[in-house]
Amino acid sequence: MSDPFLIGEAMTAGYGKGPDILHECTIAVDKGEIAVIVGPNGAGKSTAMKAVFGMLNMNGGRVLLDGEDITALSPQARVAKGMAFVPQNNNVFTSLTVEENLEMGAFLRRDDINQTMEQVYELFPILRDKRMQAAGELSGGQRQQVAVGRALMTQPQVLMLDEPTAGVSPIVMDELFDRIIEVARSGISILMVEQNARQALEIADKGYVLVQGRNRFTDTGQVLLEDPEVRRSFLGG
Amino acid sequence: MEFLNAIVALSNYVLIPAIAYGSQLALGALGVTLIYGILRFSNFAHGDTMAFGAMVTILFTWLFQSWGISIAPLPTALLALPFGIMGTAILLLFTDRVVYRFYRKQKAAPVILVIVSMGVMFIMNGLVRFIIGPGDQRFADGERFIIRARDFKEWSGLNEGLAFKTSQGITIVTAIIVVVVLFWFLNRTRTGKSMRAFSDNEDLALLSGINPERVVMYVWLIVAALTTIAGVLYGLDKSFKPFTYFQLLLPIFASAIVGGLGSPIGAIAGGFVIAFSEVTITYAWKKVLGYLMPDSLDPTGLVQLLSTDYKFAVSFSILIIVLLFKPTGLFKGKSV
Repeated sequence: MSDPFLIGEAMTAGYGKGPDILHECTIAVDKGEIAVIVGPNGAGKSTAMKAVFGMLNMNGGRVLLDGEDITALSPQARVAKGMAFVPQNNNVFTSLTVEENLEMGAFLRRDDINQTMEQVYELFPILRDKRMQAAGELSGGQRQQVAVGRALMTQPQVLMLDEPTAGVSPIVMDELFDRIIEVARSGISILMVEQNARQALEIADKGYVLVQGRNRFTDTGQVLLEDPEVRRSFLGG
Repeated sequence: MEFLNAIVALSNYVLIPAIAYGSQLALGALGVTLIYGILRFSNFAHGDTMAFGAMVTILFTWLFQSWGISIAPLPTALLALPFGIMGTAILLLFTDRVVYRFYRKQKAAPVILVIVSMGVMFIMNGLVRFIIGPGDQRFADGERFIIRARDFKEWSGLNEGLAFKTSQGITIVTAIIVVVVLFWFLNRTRTGKSMRAFSDNEDLALLSGINPERVVMYVWLIVAALTTIAGVLYGLDKSFKPFTYFQLLLPIFASAIVGGLGSPIGAIAGGFVIAFSEVTITYAWKKVLGYLMPDSLDPTGLVQLLSTDYKFAVSFSILIIVLLFKPTGLFKGKSV
């Protein structure tokens, strides 16, 4: 098998000068695939994601995007390379309108963004109705849609989502997962961290179970769901 | 007739001066609020930046006057204004490069930047006095009045005259133009939106590829324009003296905070709230009341609530009241 499109290989990393949180952790995602990172609290799920995006110091390992070593690049430079990141908190510009949020997502682009904006509105129809409203006035689920929409405006090749369903109702969560599958079908690789491990693994092509910053299980989502040990330890039976 | 006289007296002594003063404060407060919203500190050097901008403009005005260039009946200072803005922009970008950028790289806390800006304030303060001296400078020329008190009396047949100074007219018109252009810029252009985005959520702005150094540069350029315009308008309307600009810092901060720090609309509203309070509370109402009240109730005293010497107390009282009851200001800015 050829190398995956994005791979964080044997990453050892921590925040600032603090101790390492990740230990030789490997996360990879291929084109059009959904990779999900799950694990108990404090396992370093979000940290692994941030390491892939270049938001913390790497003490070992490397990150390859389409075969190119991007370990030394800043997060902003990675955005220009086609990676997009949706943080867990504060992921919209609350005082800007929905449309302005999307425009800001496309800030680096110099070409016509109307078509991409149209695609985002097709993906999240509710945003079209609310496009002149300040993003801060929207509900939690709608905000997450704005956040994902903003990230999609760069026309990324990889979309990274840090707990996109945190704090939204189960119905909205299902809806969001459906949209995420739709995004993946359009050829964008998706790497996401999820608290709702079961639902996330159901839609995942690949699942990573992290424990204390190390890879514990890595397999397709389906296999992980059926693995008795994973079920017992992480999915509640 | 009595009533008309009262209205004219009120306009002459309260409304027109307060609107002009409010416009000047609003322009100053807009700069303070932009710096607070985007660079995230209270810039104490703002008053002295205004003095610097006005000084450069004055120097160019004198140069143009010596060359015999004029745009009469308008003051020559308007012609020199773009050069003043350029000079101030150079100074501010230079200050940012050698001072603020260092602290920005270190991610210094806002309170440190406030103290740093005080240092910058003292240097600018000295610079202005060193170049133009501490005294009063006159640079207003052109037609002094749009409406003269005597002409108005003859025209209307009222006892009260109404004077409308050119500087007041220019102040109001310029302030309106500047505010319209600024809001258009912030709300309609890509760069303006990116500045608002940066002010709203710095981390997300970085993730969207917005270049912080570019945003910072635009802030200083806009602030250079705002401070110079505000400084020149104030100088034309009153007179230019470096120390008064330093003192202006107080009502300007009060305006920005009362309106809500970080909110441009708040800065404008705050400017007028402060200006109207200062003028109405320090105005001697004897004349106006004399026209309005029946003769038996004519006030014997001046009916002045506070001597003009204490006008700064007014802005501070309002500031304290607002901070006590609505800490984010009238227009929901960031809390201090």
